[in-house]
Amino acid sequence: MPNKKAMPPKTPLWARLTKHQIIIPIAALLLLALFNLIADPSFFKITLKDNSNGDPVLSGNLISIIDNGSELAILALGMTLVTAASGGQDISVGAAIAISGSVMLRVLCGSDSRSETLQAPIIVAFLMACLVSMAFGAFNGSLVAFFKIQPMVATLILFTAGRSIAAWINNNELPIVKDESFAYFGNYIPGIPIPTPFLIAIACFIITWLIMKFTNLSLYVQSVGINEKTSRLNGLNPEFIKLMTYVLLGLCVAVAAFIKVSRISTINYSVVAKDIEMDAILAVALGGNALSGGRFSMGASVLGAYVIQFLTTTLYKFEVNAAALPAYKAVVVIILVVLSAPTVREKLSRLGKKLHKNKAAAETA
Amino acid sequence: MLNLMMTGNGRLKPPGRKMTDTNLLTTITIAVFFVMYIGSMVFLGEGFLKPQTMLNLISTNAYLIIIACGMSLVMITGGIDISVGGVTALVSMSCAVYLDMHGGNVYISMLLAIGIGLAFGIIQGFLIAYLQIQPFIVTLAGMFFARGMVTIVHTNPFNVANKDFVELKDTRIELPDFLGSTNRRGRFIPAKIEIGVIVALIIVAILFCVLKWTKLGRNFYAVGGNKQSALMLGINVKRTTFISYVMCGLLAGIGGYVYFMHVGSGSPSHATGAEMNAIASSIIGGTMLTGGVGNIVGTLFGVLSLALIQSIVSSIGLDQAWWTGITIASMLCIFLVVQSIIIARRKKANLKNAAGNAAKEVAT
Amino acid sequence: MHEDSLLEMRGIYKSFPGVKALQNVDFTLRKGEIHALMGENGAGKSTLIKVLTGVHIKDEGDIWLKGHDKVQIHSPQEAQKLGISTVYQEISLCPNLSVAENIFIGRGKGGLVSWRTMNKRSQELLDSLGIAVSATQQLASCSIAVQQMVAIARAVDMDCSVLILDEPTSSLDETEVEKLFILMRQLKERGVGIIFVTHFLDQVYEVCDRITVLRDGTLVGEYEIENLPRVQLVSKMLGKELDDMADIKNSVPEFVDKDEAPVYEVKGLSSTEGISPFDFEIHRGEVNGFTGLLGSGRSECVRAIFGADKVTSGTVKIDGKSVRITKPREAMKHGIGYLPEDRKRDGIVGDLSVKENIILALQVKTGFFKPFSKAKANEFAEEYIKLLDIKTASVNTPIKSLSGGNQQKVILARWLLTHPKYLILDEPTRGIDVGTKVDIQKLVLKLASEGMSVTFISSETDEMLRTCSRLLVMRDRKLVGELTGDQLTQTAVMNTIAGGDKNAE
Repeated sequence: MPNKKAMPPKTPLWARLTKHQIIIPIAALLLLALFNLIADPSFFKITLKDNSNGDPVLSGNLISIIDNGSELAILALGMTLVTAASGGQDISVGAAIAISGSVMLRVLCGSDSRSETLQAPIIVAFLMACLVSMAFGAFNGSLVAFFKIQPMVATLILFTAGRSIAAWINNNELPIVKDESFAYFGNYIPGIPIPTPFLIAIACFIITWLIMKFTNLSLYVQSVGINEKTSRLNGLNPEFIKLMTYVLLGLCVAVAAFIKVSRISTINYSVVAKDIEMDAILAVALGGNALSGGRFSMGASVLGAYVIQFLTTTLYKFEVNAAALPAYKAVVVIILVVLSAPTVREKLSRLGKKLHKNKAAAETA
Repeated sequence: MLNLMMTGNGRLKPPGRKMTDTNLLTTITIAVFFVMYIGSMVFLGEGFLKPQTMLNLISTNAYLIIIACGMSLVMITGGIDISVGGVTALVSMSCAVYLDMHGGNVYISMLLAIGIGLAFGIIQGFLIAYLQIQPFIVTLAGMFFARGMVTIVHTNPFNVANKDFVELKDTRIELPDFLGSTNRRGRFIPAKIEIGVIVALIIVAILFCVLKWTKLGRNFYAVGGNKQSALMLGINVKRTTFISYVMCGLLAGIGGYVYFMHVGSGSPSHATGAEMNAIASSIIGGTMLTGGVGNIVGTLFGVLSLALIQSIVSSIGLDQAWWTGITIASMLCIFLVVQSIIIARRKKANLKNAAGNAAKEVAT
Repeated sequence: MHEDSLLEMRGIYKSFPGVKALQNVDFTLRKGEIHALMGENGAGKSTLIKVLTGVHIKDEGDIWLKGHDKVQIHSPQEAQKLGISTVYQEISLCPNLSVAENIFIGRGKGGLVSWRTMNKRSQELLDSLGIAVSATQQLASCSIAVQQMVAIARAVDMDCSVLILDEPTSSLDETEVEKLFILMRQLKERGVGIIFVTHFLDQVYEVCDRITVLRDGTLVGEYEIENLPRVQLVSKMLGKELDDMADIKNSVPEFVDKDEAPVYEVKGLSSTEGISPFDFEIHRGEVNGFTGLLGSGRSECVRAIFGADKVTSGTVKIDGKSVRITKPREAMKHGIGYLPEDRKRDGIVGDLSVKENIILALQVKTGFFKPFSKAKANEFAEEYIKLLDIKTASVNTPIKSLSGGNQQKVILARWLLTHPKYLILDEPTRGIDVGTKVDIQKLVLKLASEGMSVTFISSETDEMLRTCSRLLVMRDRKLVGELTGDQLTQTAVMNTIAGGDKNAE
């Protein structure tokens, strides 16, 4: 039965499009692309070069973006779930990656940090890392779900202690994996010109899509994030669901750690994945997801992750000092977030309506 | 636990003195601190029996006290500011560059510090309070910006050579004789603290008064307790929130200068993790991130607790960086868990009492 | 402006995207008058109030205040300064502050706080109003009713000329309502004008002088209480003549089969919410209800049945077989559904769409690995939108943008979709317009006739008397009596609640 009050005014196409949250990262992407196009069209060039092993591989700025953005995009998957269900963020992912990577190296190198051969199959190392990350994820999740501690604060614990724990796992040594095949995962598999991290990321996206399609994870997580009490009265177990999101993030951490360690076949406890938690949270926010939880769009977060990577690469191209990078990121992020703030949007749309009215009035006059 | 007394005309008298949430948590913090300190005096003796050890710790952490107080203000209103560490580093570097490379005046450098802090506070406060963007994102960007700017201002770390400044930096205030100690050679060395400590304590005192006796301070609590209600009660929520961030920024600037006076140099790696320490200190001090609950005195003891842990760790001879991180994290964990249990218990008790009261009133 | 008018609103217009909330509405409040503002859900009552208190800014129209001429109200602060005070249904106070602080915060000149003065004045105020609290207590430690009264005390202290009470009695029991009315009459003598927004017809006739009726955003009329019999009032609110209310039970035959095992049976059920262990059973096709004063434990009983609160004891049998029900999930598994009392807190998932809210319970029942296809979900939603006449722009509209009554219908749809054997409805008609109330009562009886068991709770006893074949009476968290057949009269209910203990089991 039609709404008796009033038929809503016909919304123009552009207004309907902008309602979808994914428009924010898309807009950002387009802006960056445009900027680079104007500054230097050769930015987008992709070439086929030979890498150090003699295999032909794709290279170029775009490749660099999808390559280096892999870890971030994978983390964004888990971070979106955590944000949606618990209304807070996990700031320990960087430290967790350090721990996870450390575990992997420990398994692969045993107690000899310069061992020539792998002490265990790579898959075992990966599974161990998964288990450890998920366990830490469960730790965070328990604090949040069962002790009702705010996520940012609960994960502050691991953030503070994580890198120390990572160093302790390997007795403060920096093991190096000499085996060549291990490096494939963070770089290139011989014969495949596409960077492996990107392929791993694609695999993760596909798995995530399948999970979203064939389970109720999305509905449950959103329901719990929006209204926990109601969710419980509908038969859901909010604590369990929240716990699960942290565990799943732990899984993402393990995959990201795997890639990170494989890139250089070793690890630097205080540097690895530094500030990645901030980037991951930014990716989720850039994707238009509310940091206070509730509805979410996974795709938008992933896109947000690549936007951040795009930004980083653009800045490197302009030879910005690595340490100064955060300042530029900050400015861009602020601009984006201000533009997408509801109050600003309202003012802009009111301005738009006024202009429209004036135009119409001028035409009728 | 419930004392229902009858007043003269037979009406039920409501339950008497029950500590507010804020006071309860703060009491726990202070108690824990003293237990730890007495424990270290007993078990570790030696250094802890000399007041100078503790005083040195306070000198080293004076800046953290100031920053944590600013953080508490913002947390009481229900927000957060993770840019304070970055601002501290930026202030140090900027003042260092100003003093050494532009032949600056020490007093002007203080103004510079305050200016930087205020700028951050005002901009962030505006974005959060008036544009209603989430505090986490805004201050995260603020932190990024500040850290990046440090490198842009000057890339390499260096010590400040400016004569006036070095003199200021080395000034020590002597304390009453009974706090002093005699060293092995038999010479009496009076206890000394840095200027920063006085600054910190003055700020603590001022903020305590603001929070307890000014309308602005009480508005902070109201906004943190229930934003919607505060609005309905006629409080200008936007302005109150804005002011809290401006004050936090200002305190970050002041704290930054105190830090600068302590280290005497500028470096991109200064004050890393300071924001997290400030948050941890506030939480350990009984300020809740959800807002509406918090106490400056508690924050002070939170910082002191952190400092105490650092000194316990180093006196036992453990690797400081490593073990401090773990112990602070554990303490934070314990405090969070205990706080959440206590608050949850109280909520349940209140509901039960309230229901009991309602039933009793119905019966009469 | 009239001599004795305190407030005049003329030609008020207010629209939101897609909804014309107020169109050309007038409202007048005289000095020393208690004026009821009534209308169905969606009539525009709360929008009018929010315009007056500065929460919304009117699109068009004028507001005149005595002593101020024409005014523009842009914020709650401005409204407060003009002498307009509001006490909302949802407690608008800060739980972490003390009672005294809540009374005085956000007011007065100067930047400093004097605790001694504040506490003293507050205690005096509270004592003079007969509110049994200590001024220094933390507000969170007071009951909801007391918090409500503190809110009113605040308004009283602010010497307001216009006091708006927005559904103040929803969470109060009868004694507390009486106290409130005494307070209101006191204020009336002082010359304060009170706008009383409420759904309770009895209360309106007890304490009000005039009534303004709104319908669909427009003004129906302003009337003096003496000149408007109840039936006329209701018909004006609905816009039609109403004889459906009379006796709907006669049209639907009672269907109670007592020979087979009860659909649901429990012995010694109790929960952490403090209800004394009670026995309860319900048969197929039976409609029964819990009645009693506010706070007597009715909702707690049904919540215990559903496992919504922590169950501490009780042996449950479904269709004669022993089962365990300690969580909502288990209750749902056994075919029980529960429509909660607090729609906003326990009922709706605000940002989710109407469709998602409707399918939620059934989806959880079906399982994590079996999500409904989009088509199926739409089908379910459309079916119930049609069945319950839910007014929504589309199935994908977020439920929070629907009016209260329609939200309630969505939640009802949710549980009906699960085809429960036993449906518990806790205040399904609260905050709903009269027309929908009747529809829901009719629906309950129809479902019962088709074999569903229903437990119905309502604060309005006559609703229960119209639909239930058995009433369980609660007092002070204890089951004290059961009424059936001829005993189902208002008098019998009152007596049992008071302590007649007729037919106590």
